[in-house]
Amino acid sequence: MLLKANSLQYAHPGQDLISFPEIRVDSGEALLVLGKSGSGKTTLLNLLAGLLNPKSGEVILDGVKLSALSGQKLDLFRGKNIGIVFQKPHLIAALNVRQNLELAHFFSKKKGQDIIQLLTELGIGDKANTSVLTLSEGEAQRVSIARALVTNPKLILADEPTSSLDDENTEKVIRLLKSQAQKIGAALIIVTHDQRVKNHIPHFIEVLAS
Amino acid sequence: MNLFKISWKYLTFRPLSTGLNVFLLALGLAIITVLLLIQDQFEKKMNQDAAGIDLVVGAKGSPLQLILSSVYHIDFPTGNIKMEEAQRLSRNRLVKKIIPLALGDNFQGFRIVGTNHDYLELYGVDFAEGKPWEVPFEVVIGSEIAAKLNLKIGDEFTSSHGISEGSHDHDEHNFVVSGILAPRGNVVDRLILTSIESVWYTHDEEPAAVEPESSALAEASDKEAHEDRDHDSEGHDTTENHDSDEHAKFHAEVSKTGFPISDQDREVTTLLLQYRNPIAAVQLPRMINSGTSMQAASPSFEMSRLFELLGVGISLLQGLAVVLIVIAGLGIFIALYNSLKERKYDLAILRAIGASRAQLLALIFLEGLMLTFLGAVLGIALGHSFLWLLVSQSDQNVVAALQPWIFLKQELWIMAYALGVGVLASIIPAWSAYQTSIAKQLTKA
Repeated sequence: MLLKANSLQYAHPGQDLISFPEIRVDSGEALLVLGKSGSGKTTLLNLLAGLLNPKSGEVILDGVKLSALSGQKLDLFRGKNIGIVFQKPHLIAALNVRQNLELAHFFSKKKGQDIIQLLTELGIGDKANTSVLTLSEGEAQRVSIARALVTNPKLILADEPTSSLDDENTEKVIRLLKSQAQKIGAALIIVTHDQRVKNHIPHFIEVLAS
Repeated sequence: MNLFKISWKYLTFRPLSTGLNVFLLALGLAIITVLLLIQDQFEKKMNQDAAGIDLVVGAKGSPLQLILSSVYHIDFPTGNIKMEEAQRLSRNRLVKKIIPLALGDNFQGFRIVGTNHDYLELYGVDFAEGKPWEVPFEVVIGSEIAAKLNLKIGDEFTSSHGISEGSHDHDEHNFVVSGILAPRGNVVDRLILTSIESVWYTHDEEPAAVEPESSALAEASDKEAHEDRDHDSEGHDTTENHDSDEHAKFHAEVSKTGFPISDQDREVTTLLLQYRNPIAAVQLPRMINSGTSMQAASPSFEMSRLFELLGVGISLLQGLAVVLIVIAGLGIFIALYNSLKERKYDLAILRAIGASRAQLLALIFLEGLMLTFLGAVLGIALGHSFLWLLVSQSDQNVVAALQPWIFLKQELWIMAYALGVGVLASIIPAWSAYQTSIAKQLTKA
């Protein structure tokens, strides 16, 4: 089992404790995390990525307990093993498309995939040297997917990757995520409230606000 | 991709704000650079030029003017003194050595100094070519003059009256270059040295000039006289037509030390004097100032007085430079801080893709340091260029002798100060970058 998360609990300051169901994902598998807004889906994602520390329970990725790592080690582990696609692309405006991806190579200290080839697979190969400010929303989202994939991570986490896309782009993005995850043999977890995604990924769990 | 490149990209992403901050800092540092260069070279030069001169004696007037005109050859002489009185002073037991100077003429703005060989010895000159003057109208020229006016051994020229260009010419007798000095980096580089006799005879031949070489004082009457004169009868012809007595003295050897011999009432402009013992420093100036019609001034005293006066202006400029640097520091701080607000997402993303807190800290510090490093390099370059401009604009005065491309150790301090400003300005933004919580930042959407 690549990823195991047992009895995770987290409480935002001044809010009730949220308990999350058990999560188990294997390499090459895809899992959907469904839930209404405010149910704590994003919190779960942050816990899985090691961006937040759970109140109780533990996250084990590839045999490594995330809570046992700290500071710099955790950052580097995340950079090497986890690719995150955020709700919004959040690209670095000062850099062009290719440099945004090089950034991931640099900070993860990993060679990863060839940038141009990956961009071409995602259908934006001609945008490699353009400023990220000139990209359309769909293109920007694909660049952020490329950034999550470029280091060949073991786990890909996607947070509402389709919330601002139309039907056509939604399908494209989900297909890309699935096929790319399979290609590099990574586990894929998509957090969403978007029912359109359900058609593509059969496995799902639901997070309910307590 | 590395931290340097990322910082650099962020800097060039905001070219206007970056440019303004770099420029502000550079201006402040440029002022400091210029001040440093001028102060260092001036003081060195001033001390070098006055070395070996304990006291300057000349006509009554401003003591500072006396020093400036006879040691540094910048201001106008205060007037002339009777040679007889000067000779009496030279016999005083407190005087070790006395070098008479006859000033008041120039060639293309370079001053002609009538003196004896002791003056050459005082500055320890070396000859690049030729030899010292032996007979009247032979001159030795400084290296800078030789280069600028392209003069060689044996070249002839006529002097002009007064110490600045554009006065009337003494065209009765040509000066002949007998020697060219090796560059020494002091005042002698810009002087034309000759015997006192040369200066006297130049003025003797002026038909209407009653007072010999009375330079600044008699300039007005000299000019009138000059207008009456026939321009066609000039040069050697005039000399040849003089009677044999006159003719002979032009070829007699000049005196190499002490005062020249003359049967007439002669004058010199100033005397450079060395004390025999420390008591002289106490007694001689008072004796000269109260007991004679001459005045004595000490170069070291007058120069320290001058620096005191200039000090106000220098501190004012230094203050301005500090204010500029502080403003630049604030500007850098504000720029970093503001950009950080926009960049909290960026920083969170960087953390999410593997950057550590320390790397983000380094990123912000690097940005501040790069800004100030650029500012420092530009500032030092600006400072030197400004001085170069100043030097190239002024031909013959003291400024012309400054070296704009000398680099001082203190300039490394400028660099250090600038980087210090960069560190100071980056501390708060860097700390706030260090503290950024990724999850909070990213979920704030």
